Amino acid sequence: MNENTHDHTHATHTHDGKPIQNDDRPPIEAETLETAVRELLIDKGVISAEEIHREIEMKDGKGPELGAKIVARAWVDEEFKTRLLTDGDSAVLDFGIDMRPTELCVVENTDEVHNMVVCTLCSCYPRAILGIPPAWYKRRDYRARAVREPRSILSEFGTVIPEHKQVRVHDSNADLRYLVLPQRPAGTENLNEEELAELVSRDSMIGVSDIPS
Amino acid sequence: MDRRFKPGDKVRVIQRSQPGHVRTPMYVRGKAGVIERVVGSFPNPETLAYGQSGLPYKILYRVNFMQKELWDDYEGKPDDSLEIEIYEHWLEAN
Repeated sequence: MNENTHDHTHATHTHDGKPIQNDDRPPIEAETLETAVRELLIDKGVISAEEIHREIEMKDGKGPELGAKIVARAWVDEEFKTRLLTDGDSAVLDFGIDMRPTELCVVENTDEVHNMVVCTLCSCYPRAILGIPPAWYKRRDYRARAVREPRSILSEFGTVIPEHKQVRVHDSNADLRYLVLPQRPAGTENLNEEELAELVSRDSMIGVSDIPS
Repeated sequence: MDRRFKPGDKVRVIQRSQPGHVRTPMYVRGKAGVIERVVGSFPNPETLAYGQSGLPYKILYRVNFMQKELWDDYEGKPDDSLEIEIYEHWLEAN
């Protein structure tokens, strides 16, 4: 957290020998504000440094594997899939995920529709299911272009959507969080739920890629 | 809470300039769409963001727009669309 508590610095290397970039730009206003508020909250005993640390670890510990399990369950269990699509919050409780105060909206890719997700205003993302969003998801060019020229962005991800298919973009701008339910690839009839989950990529659940057959 | 719109209703996003924590992006303001579904009632982010209660709650809808309506020069396919959440006080019947 506070760099001054680190008793020695490594200007040109990390312990695993990789070069590091010096963080020599001045802090942006929001970083200064965050540090000030955090230190005040700790000084006044509102929260402890340990609690902050635990929360960061918890957030960092979540990843797209959880989403992949949910997708695989939906592929093999029709009743679960219906629940996931109609009442996402209740369905993911089966996996110990609590979406509150947001709500989960699961959108299904079909032969007719390809869904993709963006948050044009900031970086809203189903963190409880997919973890921390990838850097590109937060970039201005993705956020601006995903709503303006989705097919062009998709092709840059290697995803070419056939002409007969509708592309439907979901701008995650308010209280819902979106998860794309990708299409189950052909030729996976013999795989079990666990094996299917291994096929499901993070990007397929954001809707910028399909899962190859 | 009373809901002014139901799924299938034609609506238009109000063209209004408003500073602050507004969740209605510029690119949909003034545009015509169709109610996809009623999401429910949520605290108003325009006051919630400033430490207030967010009361009274606002009805939130998911609205579907044809891309051709949003962008005159849209280059994708004619039935490509976009869905976004819009609070009731940003919508008018169309």
